[in-house]
Amino acid sequence: MLRRRVIPCLDVANGRVVKGTRFVDLVDEGDPPELAARYAAEGADELVFLDISAAPEGRGTLLEIVERTARRAFIPLTVGGGVRSVDEMRDVLRAGADKVSLNTAAVADSALIARCAARFGRQAVVVAIDARRTVDGRWEVLVRGGRDTTGLDAVRWAVGAVDLGAGELLVTSIDRDGTQAGFDTDLLSAISGAVDVPVIASGGAAGPADFVSAVVDGGADAVLAASIFHRGIYTIAEVKAAMAVAGLPVRLGSVAA
Amino acid sequence: MTGNGAAGGANAERANGDVVPAPLVAVVDYGAGNLVSIDQALTSVGARVALVRSADDLAATAADALIVPGVGAARPAMERLTEAGLVEPIRRWIADDRPYLGICLGLQLLFEVSDEDGAVTLGVLAGRTAKLDGAPTLPHIGWNQVERRRPHPLFAGIAPAADFYFVHSYAGSPGANDAEAALADTTHGRSFVSAIAVDQLFGVQFHPERSGTDGLRLLRNFVGIVRSPESSRSAARAANDATAGVRA
Repeated sequence: MLRRRVIPCLDVANGRVVKGTRFVDLVDEGDPPELAARYAAEGADELVFLDISAAPEGRGTLLEIVERTARRAFIPLTVGGGVRSVDEMRDVLRAGADKVSLNTAAVADSALIARCAARFGRQAVVVAIDARRTVDGRWEVLVRGGRDTTGLDAVRWAVGAVDLGAGELLVTSIDRDGTQAGFDTDLLSAISGAVDVPVIASGGAAGPADFVSAVVDGGADAVLAASIFHRGIYTIAEVKAAMAVAGLPVRLGSVAA
Repeated sequence: MTGNGAAGGANAERANGDVVPAPLVAVVDYGAGNLVSIDQALTSVGARVALVRSADDLAATAADALIVPGVGAARPAMERLTEAGLVEPIRRWIADDRPYLGICLGLQLLFEVSDEDGAVTLGVLAGRTAKLDGAPTLPHIGWNQVERRRPHPLFAGIAPAADFYFVHSYAGSPGANDAEAALADTTHGRSFVSAIAVDQLFGVQFHPERSGTDGLRLLRNFVGIVRSPESSRSAARAANDATAGVRA
């Protein structure tokens, strides 16, 4: 049966893995291909690579890092950050990514989702949604790394993105990102209940119990985290063991090369 | 990507000291998917890799095996293969019983038609590609168990029901005339055929190049089958057999 995935996230700025709190206060966490290989060996089911600098001049560096990473880790790699066109998506896929995550550009031009899905198949198109709670108990979509508000309702945007061709959603709670206060399971549940594509939970993992909760309470198919893995607070194996004890199907048998 | 895989260190040594050249695997590059992973994975299991983009490329490459990878929909894939003039060479390759591995879309294209967009595909195997109806989530993305129907060298050394990585919404289903081609099944909503094997013709719905050590093991097994005397014999037999192509 289909396993629930555990996905380390590598936020990359200027060629290094970094991690901040609520998208700011960045701390250097290491070399991207090095960390990717380590996580693959430790049992990561997939890797997500977000270029949070996403400056146009850094594009060549990013593609080179994507290729070095793809050659080190024989597990799937999703790359996001600053992809604005079908041609840019093609370049990232050719560098060795399996999926590309669209965020700000998809909000600005939602037809980009359809164009990318038509060209590469919806399974290659991940739409990343950064959401923040509003005072009236809903969630608003933020873009540009959480800097800009959009007025878009996150659940409605999720449904619209899937209709356009998103094959997977990466849902990050900006309120929880880097805080280790647990995932926003209400947000996850609202979105996973509204779409039939896989939902990746992101933002707020503190420990194995949060991964279980993201799946059980949030309906997530996959759970993503950065800090707790980068800093060695928990290993992927510890997280998966807790998920298995909770009765969730996880891949334990063999780890990746 | 950096292009063809390096041949260095890929050659094997026979017991009598003769060096056996590493098998040369032609990988069809038709703009459908990630070739870096396949190149790296094949190179790491001892093959040499040549990307082929046209019939001329394929003819000029003295390849021992052919891999058609790919993700996405069947119609644009068939259009690109047609533009590249590769449809007939691929059919001929398979009809000659030369080693072929279809990965994901490269497996689905072996069947006659895809329900995804009505595309007429290679028709090497009886059957059609249909949606995974009843699946709790689509696309089917992630690691899932591959349960073999019978032992096969392609899965040598891999635990029963081992996990492999899938990314797809459709799957090919062998028709009655090729039902024995089915080698393994996987369940997501419904059960579907996740691997096929007939003589030197192989196909997997999952991505071995993205399936960790078990995926590399499967590719190493494929390269080993290509390298084996049995494979050379069957290729020679096919070349001498005027009736080759009956399966197509």
